[in-house]
Amino acid sequence: MAGLRKRRARRQRVLRWIVVTVLAVLFVLPLFAMLEFTTRGPGDSLSWETWRVFFDWPALGEAYPILWTGMKASFWLVLLSVALTLVLLVPTVVWVRLRLPRIRRLVEFISLLPLTVPAIVLVVGLAPVYAWVVYFVGGSSWTLMFAYTILALPFAYRAIDAGLSAIDVRTLSEAARSLGSSWATVMWRVVLPNIRSAVLSAAFLTVALVLGEFTIASLLNRDNIQVAINQLGKSSAQMSVAVSLAALVLAFVLLFLLSFAGRRRHRERKTS
Amino acid sequence: MSNSVGVRLDGLRRQFGGVHALDGLDLDMAPGELVALLGPSGCGKTTALRILAGLEDADSGRIMVGDKDVANVPANRRDMGMVFQAYSLFPHLTAVENVEFGLRLRRQNAATRRQRARDMLELVGIGAHADRYPQQMSGGQQQRVALARALAFQPQVLLLDEPLSALDAKVRVQLREEIRRIQLEVGTTTLFVTHDQEEALAIADRVGVMRAGRLEQIGSPEDIYRSPATPFVAEFVGLSNRLPGRVTGDVVEVLDTKLPLVDAATVHNGAVTALVRPESVDVTADPAGTGRVVAVSFLGPTARVTAALPDETIVVAQLASARLPDLPPGTAVRVILRPVPVVVTAA
Repeated sequence: MAGLRKRRARRQRVLRWIVVTVLAVLFVLPLFAMLEFTTRGPGDSLSWETWRVFFDWPALGEAYPILWTGMKASFWLVLLSVALTLVLLVPTVVWVRLRLPRIRRLVEFISLLPLTVPAIVLVVGLAPVYAWVVYFVGGSSWTLMFAYTILALPFAYRAIDAGLSAIDVRTLSEAARSLGSSWATVMWRVVLPNIRSAVLSAAFLTVALVLGEFTIASLLNRDNIQVAINQLGKSSAQMSVAVSLAALVLAFVLLFLLSFAGRRRHRERKTS
Repeated sequence: MSNSVGVRLDGLRRQFGGVHALDGLDLDMAPGELVALLGPSGCGKTTALRILAGLEDADSGRIMVGDKDVANVPANRRDMGMVFQAYSLFPHLTAVENVEFGLRLRRQNAATRRQRARDMLELVGIGAHADRYPQQMSGGQQQRVALARALAFQPQVLLLDEPLSALDAKVRVQLREEIRRIQLEVGTTTLFVTHDQEEALAIADRVGVMRAGRLEQIGSPEDIYRSPATPFVAEFVGLSNRLPGRVTGDVVEVLDTKLPLVDAATVHNGAVTALVRPESVDVTADPAGTGRVVAVSFLGPTARVTAALPDETIVVAQLASARLPDLPPGTAVRVILRPVPVVVTAA
C-alpha cells in the first residue's frame, strides 16, 4: 500500500516537472529569442550596444525621440489610469454593495461591456467624444486615460468585487460607523486595508493593459509606448524589440511583486 | 465609568415595500437598564435596534436619547456601541487595535488608548489574547473583543444585535452571563435583541415581546413568564399546553379544575382554550387515572412527560427527573393542574 502511494507520488512529481518545463520553454523561448536578437552585433558577434543605449536615458532621448516621448506618455498614462480607475471604482463598488445591492448585476453587466466591444469599434465611438475632450482639456496623450479607464473596467471591477466578496463589508462598515467613523474613514481605515490585494490586482491589471494598448492610441493619433515601438520597428528593429522585452519583463516583475506582497502579509498574520 | 442616559422610542414606523417592519413602536428605557427585545423572525426587533443605532431611517417617530431627538443624527455621531450578530472585528487589526479603533477616532493619545483597550480586554476576560488577529480567535473570543470595542469609548447606549446566536450552546450561556456582569459593572443603558427567550429572560431587567412591529408586552422576565398579557406572549415565551376549558365569571374550568384568569376583565363566559405551562401540570401514576403516558424526555434535572387523555387531548407536564422511573410510557396516570393564573384564547 505504502509502496503504491510512493510510486504514485513519484509519477505525479515527474508529471509536474514535465508540465512546468514545457510551459517554461514555451514562455522563455520567445523572450530568449528577443534577447538574442537585441544583442546581435555586426557579423553575428555579441553586442550589448542596444541595451547600453536603452539604459542611458539622456542618450536614448536624443537617439530615439519618438521612443522617449512614448515612454514618458505611457508612464503618466499608467499612473493616471490606475488612479482614475481606483478612485472611481472602489467607492462605487462598495456603495453598490452597501446601498444598492439590487443593481449589482446591472453594474457588473455594464462593467463587462468594454470586453465585448472591439477596440477598433470603440475608437469609432470615442473619436467624437475626444473632439470634446480636446476642446475642454487639450489634445495631450494623457487624455487617453479616460479611454483606458473604460477599457480596464471589466478587469478592475472583477478584481475589486472579488476582494469585497471575501469580507463582510456591510457588517464591517456598520461596525466602523457605530464606533464613530465617517464614510471616508470607513473607506480608508476599514475597507481598503481589507481589500488591499484586490486593489493591487486591479492596479496591476490596469498597468498591464495600459502598457500593452496600441489600437486606440494609434487611431486617435496619440503617443504611447506601443505606438512608439511600432514606429521604431520601421527604422530600428533592435531597439523596438528591446523595448518590448523590457515592457514584458516589467510586467512579470510587477506580477511577482504582487503575489509576493500578498503572500508575505498572509504569512505575517498567520504567525504573529 | 457610566454616563448612561434614558432612551425613548416614540411611535416608530418603518415600512419595507408593503411590509410594516415597525408599526408605531413605543419603548422607554431607564438609564442603566438592560431591556431585551424578544420576538419571532420578522417582528421588527432588529429594525428597531438598527434605527436606534442610526443604521436605518424610520419613516416617522421620535428617537430620544436623554433629552435629545437623534432621529436626524448620523450613526457615527450617535455615541452608541454596538455588537453584531455576525463577527464584525476588523480582520486587519489585532484584538487590542480593534478595541482602540473608537478611541483613536476620538483622538485619545496613544498611551491612554492602549491602556484603556487593554483594561477593556481584561474586563471581558481576554487580556491574554490582546495581540491576536480575529482569525486566530474562536467565535466566543471574537464576540468578547467586539463587546470590549463597543464599550471602550464609553458610549451612552450599548446595542446588542443577537450577539450570541452564532455561538455554541455552552459558550452562549457563559457569555450571556458575562454580558450581564459587565453591563451591571459599567452601567450603560443596553438594548439587547434576541429570538432566544431563555437568553432574554436570563439577563434582562425588562423583556419586551414584539409582534408585527409593535410591543405586545413589556415587563420583568417573571411578569412576562408568569403573567403573559396576551395569548401570543404566553405561547411565544415558554411552552404552553392548549387545553379546552369553559369560563365562568373570573375562573376557567380546565380538566375539572377551576383556575384563575390572568385578565378576567377582557374574557367572556363560554368555551375557550386555556394556555397552561407544563410546570403547572402534575401527573402521578394511578391505575384508576384516565390519562396514559405516551412519551417522556429527560432534560437533566427536570423531565417532560407527555400524557394523552381519553378525548385525545395531549398534556405535557414538567417534573423533577427523579420521578421518571415511576412513569414509563404506557403508565396510567392522573393529571392534576396547579391553580396558577392562566391566559385563555378563543376556542
